[in-house]
Amino acid sequence: MSAVLASMDATFRERLWKKFIVFIPYLWLLLFFLTPFLIVFKISLADPLVAQPPFTPLLQKSVETGLSIYATFDNYLYLFQDSLYLVTYINSIKLAFISTCFCLLIGYPIAYGIARSPQPTRNILLLMVVIPFWVSFLLRVYAWMGILKTKGLLNGFLLWTGIIDQPLELLYTDTAVYIGMIYSYLPFMILPLYANLERLDIRLLEAAADLGARPWRVFKDITFPLSMPGVVAGCLLVFIPAIGEYVIPALLGGADTLMIGRLLFDEFFMNRDWPVASAVAIVLLMLLVLPIVYFQKRQNQELLEQQ
Amino acid sequence: MKKRSRFIFSALCFGFAFLYVPILLVIIYSFNDSRLVTIWGGWSIRWYIELFNNDNILDAALLSLRIAMVSATCATIMGTLAGIALTRIRQFKGRLLFTGMIIAPLVMPEVITGLSLLLLFVSLQNLIGWPGQRGINTITIAHITFSMAYVAVIIQSRLTNINESIEEAALDLGARPIRVLWDITLPIILPAMVSGWLLSFTLSLDDLVIASFVSGPGATTLPMLIFSKVRLGIAPDINALATILITIVAIGVSIAGWVMHQQSKAKKA
Repeated sequence: MSAVLASMDATFRERLWKKFIVFIPYLWLLLFFLTPFLIVFKISLADPLVAQPPFTPLLQKSVETGLSIYATFDNYLYLFQDSLYLVTYINSIKLAFISTCFCLLIGYPIAYGIARSPQPTRNILLLMVVIPFWVSFLLRVYAWMGILKTKGLLNGFLLWTGIIDQPLELLYTDTAVYIGMIYSYLPFMILPLYANLERLDIRLLEAAADLGARPWRVFKDITFPLSMPGVVAGCLLVFIPAIGEYVIPALLGGADTLMIGRLLFDEFFMNRDWPVASAVAIVLLMLLVLPIVYFQKRQNQELLEQQ
Repeated sequence: MKKRSRFIFSALCFGFAFLYVPILLVIIYSFNDSRLVTIWGGWSIRWYIELFNNDNILDAALLSLRIAMVSATCATIMGTLAGIALTRIRQFKGRLLFTGMIIAPLVMPEVITGLSLLLLFVSLQNLIGWPGQRGINTITIAHITFSMAYVAVIIQSRLTNINESIEEAALDLGARPIRVLWDITLPIILPAMVSGWLLSFTLSLDDLVIASFVSGPGATTLPMLIFSKVRLGIAPDINALATILITIVAIGVSIAGWVMHQQSKAKKA
């Protein structure tokens, strides 16, 4: 009898314990991750106001009507009427997309090379991909300012070798933003690709080569299709954060480099228009919902496969 | 086959040159005597001396370190709980939402996270009068929130690779769940917790955008200070600061890599 009671007590305690483990992070994320988005959505439906906080409340109390809800879609309409926003969204997608393609083109051979290296070299090379990843993002972007300046190191080098006779205008242009993006996000592309290519069964490639397939054909028909999960993971890890990037266009881009992260930042800090900034954020989130959900699904699938 | 490996070799050389040349140039030019940052004026350590006499930079660095310590520790605890929940508790209410909230911060653009957290703090302030003055507290909370997702994912991938049967055996033999957690699960995931802490620490030390949103007057973190300086152009003392930070990171990562290498060697032997 007492044994039964003890085991009941144990299962009860176990359940309580499990609840505790889930409860704390769950509550934290609900409060500091989910609720903020709802508030952003709420404020995107308000009108700007010269007050503290600078927007109209959702629930308004008045003597005549009592409690009423005040919401407006003006901010969203404004985003679609002013071509600046539309152009900026499209430009962000374009910049992020092209940067992702370049990251893949540059990152794939590197990941492949690391995965095919003999063991001690492989670990050192991997470590060398990871080190820049731990060095401050801001400082790595800053490093390019000195290189790309009109009187900078790259122009100096090119003039010295005689390849050009006029310094190139590089810093504060879209080209500089592309270079900064590719440079900063390259490790995000290499690491998932490497993780995938490392597991590739090399016997498949040998079999294909034995049967007379040329290297390009082996790559096109076997290596690349098998590495698709790594390619997709790497592309998503580059593309999604790149769309909302702020630091790179702010430091390397010109005044005409339109990117949505920068626009949101300026709308908020310079124009102090919180409702419009919120609407910009909500539309950006809508653009990213599909890729983010897809990314989550893949992550979950991968974990299930591991289990 | 030979032609191809030559292609791979040159790709590796080009790739690593691309990753490292900018960093090396910053290091070299931090020893440049000239104020004109792209003209070489001989070797000197004057920018390092100037850096250590700059109280603003030192204050900002201390503030960033404090925030990074606290937020990394909290994020590791919370992320570990979340990672255990994801792998060891199969069913609970709202599991799908929970997994979503763990994975989403990994790819969420910083501007959105920053804006939404600031608006939360402003609303809370109006509602319940907390958190008062924005600054260290709000930055720390923001950093915990995005770092814990990274920790959770690291713990999760470690735990899925570990056989659950040891924990089950202990439970069958009558060990209490808390004891199983303390004596079995935690030692297994300890290396993952350490790397999670280090990653959270770096992420916090590195963050500019989110901190700019949720910070208030008076709390300037190191990235915020660096950004306001380099926005106006290149600054030689920032080169010196970058060199110091890069050296610390390189030493830290190399030690971590060496330790892991020794461990895997010991396991094989």
